[in-house]
Amino acid sequence: MRCVVATSNVKVLGKAVHSLSRIGDELYFEPLSSGLALRCVNSSRSAYGCFLFTPLFFQHYDSGAPPGGLEDSGFRCKMGMKSVQTVFKSLSSLDKTVEKCEIDLNPGGNRLVFQLHCKYGITKTHNLSFQESESLQPVFQKDGYANVLRAQPRLLADTVVHFPPSLEEVNVTVSGERVQFRNHLEDEQDASKMMLTEMSLDADEFESFQVREETGITFCLKELRGLLSFAESSGLPLSMYFDQPGRPVVFGLDDPVLEVNFVLATLSDEETTTHRERNRSRPPQADTSHDDFLSDDMDSYMIAMETSAVGGAEAQPCSTGSDHRREREPVSAACSSGSKQQRGRESGSEEEEEEEEEELPGTPPQKRFRSLFFGSVLSPYSQGANQTLRNQEVLAEASDSDPEEQEEETAKK
Amino acid sequence: MRFRAKMIDIGCFNHFTRVVNTISKLTKTCTLRLTTDKLYFILSDKVANGGVSMWCELSQGNFFDEFQLEGVSTEHNEIYMDLAAENLFRALKTAHNAKSLKIKLTNKHCPCITLAVELPSLSRVSRVVTHDIPVGVIPKKLWNDFKEPSVPDFDVSIYLPPLKTMKNVVERMKNLSNFLVLEANLNGEMNLKIETDLVSVTTHFKDLGNPSWGDNGSQDSTQDRDPETMMDVKVDIRKLLQFLACQQVNPSKVICNIVNKRIVHFILLHEDVSLQYFIPAHA
Repeated sequence: MRCVVATSNVKVLGKAVHSLSRIGDELYFEPLSSGLALRCVNSSRSAYGCFLFTPLFFQHYDSGAPPGGLEDSGFRCKMGMKSVQTVFKSLSSLDKTVEKCEIDLNPGGNRLVFQLHCKYGITKTHNLSFQESESLQPVFQKDGYANVLRAQPRLLADTVVHFPPSLEEVNVTVSGERVQFRNHLEDEQDASKMMLTEMSLDADEFESFQVREETGITFCLKELRGLLSFAESSGLPLSMYFDQPGRPVVFGLDDPVLEVNFVLATLSDEETTTHRERNRSRPPQADTSHDDFLSDDMDSYMIAMETSAVGGAEAQPCSTGSDHRREREPVSAACSSGSKQQRGRESGSEEEEEEEEEELPGTPPQKRFRSLFFGSVLSPYSQGANQTLRNQEVLAEASDSDPEEQEEETAKK
Repeated sequence: MRFRAKMIDIGCFNHFTRVVNTISKLTKTCTLRLTTDKLYFILSDKVANGGVSMWCELSQGNFFDEFQLEGVSTEHNEIYMDLAAENLFRALKTAHNAKSLKIKLTNKHCPCITLAVELPSLSRVSRVVTHDIPVGVIPKKLWNDFKEPSVPDFDVSIYLPPLKTMKNVVERMKNLSNFLVLEANLNGEMNLKIETDLVSVTTHFKDLGNPSWGDNGSQDSTQDRDPETMMDVKVDIRKLLQFLACQQVNPSKVICNIVNKRIVHFILLHEDVSLQYFIPAHA
């Protein structure tokens, strides 16, 4: 396995690594015949990012896979994100000093060597240790989505800047001609203390605005910011694929030499609707001492009124219970089909359990998001607010009781 | 109660944003008082603040192109509300290239100050960003808590040295002691002193200038006193530092009034905004 990256592409590679570092702590490195895949997934499995560099990106590319052999017989590994970031630190100096970057496996086969050939005869060699790993493959199909928006990344970056850097989750709602971004409040947060920000963009600002289903989704902004900074520097148009709440949202960048996909989990339907109803203004007759300015000609206020009308239409509370059951099955189906690629189910789930045990059971911010991969799904309202990652293992054991919980929820609605 | 205002000039946005930034650095929550000609940001001297109080006054005509206010009643045509200055600053921060800014008092899920920023966009329809900042409306019976503080009967009045210099000095001193003695005289001299068991440090400033207050009553007593006599007050160093660090742009002049051993009063004048800050002496 050997790759050589020339001059300005070294910076792109470095930026990709930094972008993935916003997602998780481990970088999955997989040279395929279609190109080098750099992937990352977060600890709660609710965000995934992948950069696929085609052979055209490289000055020299050899995936090391035997010709005509199976894809999964090649070399693949995962490394600590911080170690790889160290190789590409100080991005601004990368394109000024680095002439070439060579990545290969050392003769002993136990270190991945990143060698930066710089100006003035300086060579920086990084020997990174790695762990053999399974392929990280989420299941998603960009073709199957009802809504596809495409725009210059600058547009999304300009939108996101209005939200505080600490904001975890953002809600995106589309109707025929507009899209709205709103900060999302957790159940525990008091709506009367939090500042609410909303930004609306017209369809004309997008290169392509295809909305077949008027819907709203909520996802975590933190991981997206990593992609946005990369996208802005690349100048490539960013595409966003989504439809119902609960179904993951996919952000993609496409280029002849590079394909980027970020898949983020979204909050399920019921929670999105509850918050929207709480946040939207109450009708005027409910007011006591303060005037409501419904008669004012504030554009966004009117849009807010339109949106709450849309919100009512898309709530579909009666079908949520069954949606959940439906949404679970494809994920577990994905698990079994994915595992075929992983050389047998046992090794796949062992690998997964190992990884989960390695992670410290901190409370991930996306604790209520559905986990996308490997069949571990956190059902948002069957569990309390203080769930930690540890409970994912519990869920695996108690999977038999889940159908009962599902029936309870259906009965509640 | 109704309040609506509109701002369209970029210079005004930036200036207003700077003022709000300064306020947000001095206190987390403050009281906003709206009258037909002025806006006031007030922090009253509650125990919770450590006795520190602030009074900042701006003429609305210098910022807003439209300003409509209907207060609690016709004879009390004012509105008082509690808000988090940081939220207001965050909302204003991203409006630096806005086409227009509208501020109103609304009642969504609770009373809010709603800012609607109209931004330039790539299409014919502008982008609109709305921020709803929750506020607490203060009933008229509590308005007495927020009276304008009177200028105290000071013993010395002096102009401060450049804030940046003073801030750097005080920042270093903060690592050594929790309290600082600020002393000044009528000869334009000021000293900043800290004293601990191990070390005492004093920084001297000269030729600062003393403002003349015309025929202010307190001037009489100071005429008799020797201009070399130092009047001092011992204050919490963090409160002083908070004040010194709040200013982004160097103001025209900062006046410091000291009431011996009791209180220090700073008056900051920048263009058309005045900010007063009181730090009581440490007991």
